[in-house]
This record gives sequence, structure tokens and C-alpha cells, in this order.
Amino acid sequence: MSKAEIFNRIRAGLHVAKDDEVRRQAVRNRLQAKASNIIPKRAQLPTAEMMSLFLEMATESAAEVIELSGRNELAQAVENWLSVNGIDHLVTANDSNLTELSWSTDTTLIRERRPAQVGDEASLTNAFCAIAETGTVMLYSGEHSPTTLNFLPDCHLIVVSASTLVGPYEDAWSRLREKFPESMPRTVNLITGPSRSADIEQRLQMGAHGPRRLIIFMLHDE
Amino acid sequence: MAQPRPRVGLFVTCLADMFRPEVAFASVKLLELAGFDVKVPQRQTCCGQPAFNSGDREDTADIARQTIDAFDGFEYVVGPSGSCIGMLHHYPELFEENDPWYQRALNLKSRAFEITSFLAEHLKQETLEGAFKGTVTYHDSCSGLRELGVKKQPRELLSRMPGVQICEMEEAETCCGFGGTFCVKYPDISNRMVSNKVENIRATNADLLLGGDLGCLLNMAGKLKREGVEIEARHVVEVLADMIQTPAIGDAEQSA
Amino acid sequence: MQVRSPEFKESARIALTDANLQKALGNLKAGFPAKRATAAARLPEFEALRDQARDLKNHIIEHLDLYLEEFERNVTANGGTVHWCRTAEDARQTILQICREQGAKTVTKGKSMVTEEIGLNEYLEKQGIEPVETDLGEYILQLRQDHPSHIVAPAIHLTLDDVADAFHEHHKRPRSEDPAVLMQEAREMLRKKFVSADVGITGANFLIAETGSTIICTNEGNGDLTQTLPKTHVVVSSIEKVVPTLEDMTLFLRLLARSATGQEFTVYNTLSTGPRRPGDTDGPENFHVVLVDNGRSEMVGSEFQEMLRCIRCSACMNHCPVYGAVGGQTYGWVYPGPMGSVLTPQMVGIEQAGLLPNASTFCGKCEEVCPVRIPLPKLMRHWRDKEYEKHLSPAAVRYGLKFWAFFAKRPGLYRLLSASSNRFLRLMAGKKGRATRLPLAGGWTDHRDIPAPSGKTFMQQWQEQNR
Repeated sequence: MSKAEIFNRIRAGLHVAKDDEVRRQAVRNRLQAKASNIIPKRAQLPTAEMMSLFLEMATESAAEVIELSGRNELAQAVENWLSVNGIDHLVTANDSNLTELSWSTDTTLIRERRPAQVGDEASLTNAFCAIAETGTVMLYSGEHSPTTLNFLPDCHLIVVSASTLVGPYEDAWSRLREKFPESMPRTVNLITGPSRSADIEQRLQMGAHGPRRLIIFMLHDE
Repeated sequence: MAQPRPRVGLFVTCLADMFRPEVAFASVKLLELAGFDVKVPQRQTCCGQPAFNSGDREDTADIARQTIDAFDGFEYVVGPSGSCIGMLHHYPELFEENDPWYQRALNLKSRAFEITSFLAEHLKQETLEGAFKGTVTYHDSCSGLRELGVKKQPRELLSRMPGVQICEMEEAETCCGFGGTFCVKYPDISNRMVSNKVENIRATNADLLLGGDLGCLLNMAGKLKREGVEIEARHVVEVLADMIQTPAIGDAEQSA
Repeated sequence: MQVRSPEFKESARIALTDANLQKALGNLKAGFPAKRATAAARLPEFEALRDQARDLKNHIIEHLDLYLEEFERNVTANGGTVHWCRTAEDARQTILQICREQGAKTVTKGKSMVTEEIGLNEYLEKQGIEPVETDLGEYILQLRQDHPSHIVAPAIHLTLDDVADAFHEHHKRPRSEDPAVLMQEAREMLRKKFVSADVGITGANFLIAETGSTIICTNEGNGDLTQTLPKTHVVVSSIEKVVPTLEDMTLFLRLLARSATGQEFTVYNTLSTGPRRPGDTDGPENFHVVLVDNGRSEMVGSEFQEMLRCIRCSACMNHCPVYGAVGGQTYGWVYPGPMGSVLTPQMVGIEQAGLLPNASTFCGKCEEVCPVRIPLPKLMRHWRDKEYEKHLSPAAVRYGLKFWAFFAKRPGLYRLLSASSNRFLRLMAGKKGRATRLPLAGGWTDHRDIPAPSGKTFMQQWQEQNR
């Protein structure tokens, strides 16, 4: 059997026996400790500075950031953005945080709750958390957060609550483990800016296969 | 009575011996200026690098043992080449750790220095007088740079010479394409690399190209000559020791 | 993939005179190294991270079987399946079997060098399954029936013109030379493939033992569409990519993008753990991880063990003056540049790949930039040792070495040899100070003059001075 052959070769190369308890203990220790490695100083900041770092890094990654004071301003801001960009169709996750907003009633905007399809122009999703270190947002898949929304539409609108902002990636993993103590969701996405490629002559072009634009609505009071 | 001067064994290197004796003489002059008693052990030959890099471990180890013996008893072993001295630093890899030669190789390694890094530490003169006046550009040879950390030392020494101005080239740290036997095994690739290098040298408009390794210098000087570029090339110790009466590398005797 | 490494020298000669390729390679030189330097300088901890990454990789390799076991346990616990493949052939058959079970006609693929290594595309095609590369670079290559020349930027050997031609021919649209238009075309063409594919195959940058997750790091988002839209997601990965925990993965992520493209972070870092969960409204229903050994377990305990630290960032080739001169395809197999010169002999045999570890000046730039500090020159030298031991190096080289070593071990004779060579060279040069031709030194004098010795040997002069 392949697995046994591979393991036998590895163990022969390492000159160790299969039941070497010292090695097993070393592995158990590392897996249990989940210890952090070096965390850059840049990511270890007081809250206020963390926010400005996030905004700076997200902007640098070519994400567009719209700052709002709270969720009560969200529907209006999204509608404005869509209307300015000539988009009249929005797909959202079936997430009450997004569906039960004070959406305008006298608008041509069509809102749908479903996973994304080819041809969708814009999606609106909720981030699980945001990471200041590189201006990254974290999302995971679930009943109320299908992954296709993050990739198929041309424009991806993401809502971030300021309270979910962390400094380094390590803090995001801790939050994720807290939320899912048993096992990871099927998909966890770390997204830093819109899709891009430099595969043609090393010239950077935005919007390869994923969203061409990434718009982050930062809710400061939430 | 005065303290006896510490003894330095000069590792001449094959290329200095055969192509440019001035480099070895300049090294002796500078080491003596720094207060050392310089000897040239007669049992030395080559550092063994050609065999080492061709996979011939057995001959490399034989040559290493000969070199270790030749330099026994010297406080320091100094040579005008980062590449060859770098090879001396590889000697411990040639022996098993329980082989007595392993310890001797480690010991040699601890005493072996590339000339500019050695002088930068031991040469106390704050000003070095020299006839050369003009701009120089410095090529960082790979072995010296990456195996021995030679970067600032030659520049620091040159800065002690009032008439010398350094004008850095682009990609000073990029390989010139010499690579020992590489340049004859892969002549086309080597040629591209040395052509790139010559372009960068030419762009500085310096009067003189300096470096710390004759292999690279012969390669670059040979290409400068072939391309008709009028920038001279010398080993850095020639300028530091004010021994620039000899024609530059690849230049004809002055007819004047 | 056919091994063309024995033709390295001829390929190099052609590559050096290929103006189109040289133009394309100029783009590489101007881009990645400068961006990496900037990114590294921005992170004061960069060097310390490299040390830690080296040490962690060493720890992982020393416990490789156990971390792989843990990884498998957690993949299984999350509803996925792990397949163990000793050889490239095992891996191809395993993947084919999965595709057959799904009745697959079309498979989309994210960028994966391991699938190049096992020659998956050609194999699937022969079995009547259409593999569709979705990474823009890989897609371009597939249209041209070409192969990657770089492990991160696979189409770096092509110019805009080449891409415009290929798209014009295959997309039946007006020819455009605007990269934005070309990318838009590829985007449209591939949308259809993403949704119609039965199986999506991606690689993995790391395998996380703690959670049974795999991660891909991409900028385009194609890998995400590849794995999210079809019914079945197959991850093809080599065994050395396992890491213990998410924190450990993070250490490598901080180094990977910075070393590769000089980005602070890759746009999409996506963790995949098992198939879709109850209640999920999208995502694959099946999740397979195909673990490929293909010679790696033999590297454990060998002089090449350190190569298993490689995280495939491409920094070594981005900075290599030899790669920069001849491009990746000259290397004649899947992995080019310094890392390829160490890996290729392991995978295809030193008999075929001997020219690769020799095609280095040992300038050491690769080791200087390697995020996990692999001593690449040392490992290339080990291949030269093997070659010499097996009497594979050319006879002229071996006899030349023996002749030279005979003298080098006899100082007295060596003096005579040096003195006579010195005299000969001075004779050849005459009064010019240099020679433009020299017997048996065509490799040198075809391209440059050979400076003449400036006088008798140092040893002769030293003795004459009685010192």
C-alpha cells in the first residue's frame, strides 16, 4: 500500500521507528499549543492605530473603503454606490444583518437572496472579521454566506464591523476557533483587494476571474 | 625588546601567481604596512575549488590536507580572493567530524581571511597615499560577498585614499558570469552575463574597475577589451598599495 | 512531460538569440526582484521570519509521517478522502478514477505545478476528459500547447504579441493588443467552463494538519471558482506541504507572497476543509486530497533533504542570472531555475538532468533570497558529486581534472606548470597585453580577450628576490 510505503521510506530516512513516543509527543505538543510564531510589530497596535492601518493597507491593495458610522447608514450607502455605478441588481446572502436593513422602497434596485450566478453584477456580504496587518477581510462559507458571492460577481461589497477588526492573522484564527470549536467551515476566505493578474507581460490588470472591484463598508460604531 | 610581529601566511592564489604577481606583491606590502610578518609557504598550490565544484571530493580533500599543512603555525592566512579564501572555509565539509583533519580544517577556517576584510580591521593608517586620482567602480564578487560578507570593507579602505572617488554601478552584486569552469562549460550564458556586467560598468563612466577576485576581473577586463571600452581594470589591492605602475589587466606595456 | 534537460546547452543557445524571449525575460528582471526587496524592507521581522520558517520546516520534515497522519485524520473527520500516491502514475490513475466516478467530461484546473510534474493534462486528454486550465497564464499556455516556464508566472516567456496571436486564433475575435481586453476575453471564455465542469482540480500551497484543511494562495480567484462550482473538488499536493497548525501556516504566508511577487499578501488565501456542510447553498459535494510522493520520501535523510523545505515561491529563479538569461523552458522539464536544478535530477534522474546543477556559477544569490534558507548551491554541488561518482561527467572534464589535480598535489611540479603556462600565455599575447585567440580556450576567447600575465609568476619573482 502506498501510504505504508511512503511512511516506511520517511522513517527509514529519519532512522526512526514507527512507535517512537518522543516524536509523537513533540507532534502532539505542537498541535495542542497552537503557538504563535513571530508576529510583526506592525500588527500589534492599539485599536485606533489598528483601524488606520487597516484602512491604509486595504486601500493599498486596491480595495475601496467607504466609512460609515453604523449599520443604519448601510442600505443608503449601498444604494448610492450601486446607483452611481449604474448597477440595479444586487445579490445578497440570506443573512438578516443584510436583508433587514432600511432599504428604499421607491427604487429600481432588484435585490435577491441566493448564491451567485454567472452574470451577477454585484454582491453584498458580511465579513467575519478584518485583519489590519495587510488590510484583509475574512469570510467563511455557511448557510447564510455562500462562497460564490465572494467570487462570481463583478463587484463585491463587503460589510465590516469595526469591532471585528484584529491586528494580526493569529487573532483572526483565535476568533475562528472560538466560533467553530469543532471543525472549520468548508471554506474560509482571506481576501485582500480585488482580483488581478500580471500574467501578460507582468503588467498588472485588475479583475481576472474574481471581482474587479472590492468595496468595503466599514461600520465604525458596530 | 619589541613584540615579534604576528605571522601571516600569504595564500597567493593560482591566478595572482600566474596572471598578476602584482596582486600578491601588493598584498605583501599592505600586510607589512599593517605590521605583520608575511611569509609565502612554498607547499601551497591551489585551494582545490575546481575539483570541489566538479564533484571530485577525493582530490579536493587531498589538496585541502596539503593546504592545511602548508599553513600550519601561522596566526593568519590571508589571500587576495574571496573565492579562494571562501574555499578554505569549505574545508571542514570535506571531512567527517571524527576525522582529525576536521578539527584542523576548522582551525584553518578560523585563521583564514580575505585581504580587504583583514586589512579593514588591521590596517590602522587613516589615510592611504596613492598616485591614482579618479573615479572607480567596484564589482562585488559573489563568493566574497555572500560567503564571507565582503561588501563595505574594500569601499572603506578606498575611502581612506584622498584621490579616489567611488561611483557605484547598477547591479554591483550581480554575478559577472565567470563562475570558474562555468565560463567555458556554458560560454553563451557566461557571455550574456558578462555583457550585462560590462554595460553596467560602462554606464558609470568610471576611470577604473576594481574588484577583489582575479577570476572575475580577468573575465570583465577581457570583455571590456573585446568591446573596446576604455575603462581599465585592476585588483583593489593594487590601488590600495599604490602599485599601479604595471599596465592594468589586459593592457599593453606603456610605450612612453 | 518529455524530459528535454539533456538539450540544455543547445536550448540555451537558442534562447539567448530569441529576441522575443529576451524581451519577455526583461519584464521579469525589472519586476519581481525589486518588489521583493521593497516588501522585505518594509517588514523589519523578515529575516527573523526566515530563520523561524527554516527551523519549522526542519521540524516538520523530521516529523513528516506524523503530521501527514494527523492531516489525513482531520480530512476524513470532515468528510473528505485522502489518497496516497507513491508515483506519478499512481497519482494519475487515482485522479482519473475520481473523475470517472463522477462521469466527468470536463475538469477545470487551478494552477498546480504538481499536476505538471505528474503530466496530468496529457493523461486526462488521452482518457477522453478535457482539462481546462483557468489561471490566465496557464490558460494561455494551454491554447498554445505550451508548458510553464516559471512556477509562479507560468507564461513569463511570452510577450503581449504572443498572447494576442493565441487569443485571436482560438477565440475567433478581432485581434487586440490591450492586456485588459485580452484578460476580459479569457474571463468570458472561462466563465462557461467554470460552471459546466464536473470536477475542479487545484493544487495546495499548504496542508494544515490541525484542521485537515488545504490552502491555495492566488491573485486571480480562478482557484476559488474551480473548487466552488463543480460537484467535486480534488486537491493535488505533494507530501512535504503539510504544516502543523494555522499559526504555522501563517508564518509561511507572511513570507510567501513577499518572496514571490513582492506583494504584502496574496489577494485570495482560501482554506478548504472537506465538502459542503449541511445547509450550505454552494460548494463541492465531494472533497478529495491526492497526496503525491514521487521521490520526495527518498529525499528524507539524504543530502537533498533540505530541498523539502521549498515553498515554491520562485524567488530563486527570479533572482538567478542564469535563469534570467535563458528562461525556464531551457531547463527542459517542469521545475526551472535553482530549485529545479536540485529537484529535476531527483525526479528524472541525474543521468538526464546532469547539465542543470552544472549550469550555475554558484553566485549564491538564490540562497540569499530563499525564504526558508535552502543552501541551493550546496545542493547543486551534491548533484555534481553524484555525477562524478557515477562517472557521468564528460571524459574530457574528468581527465582534465585528474591531470590538473596530479600537479596541484605536487607543489614543485605545480610551480613548473604555472611557470610554463605563464610563459606560454605571455608568448601568445605578444606585446598587446592580451590574446584574442587561444588554442583550446574557444569558450573563453569566442567572447572576450584573455589578459596576459603581467610578468613571470609571483612564485618565480618571490624566489628571485630571495624572500
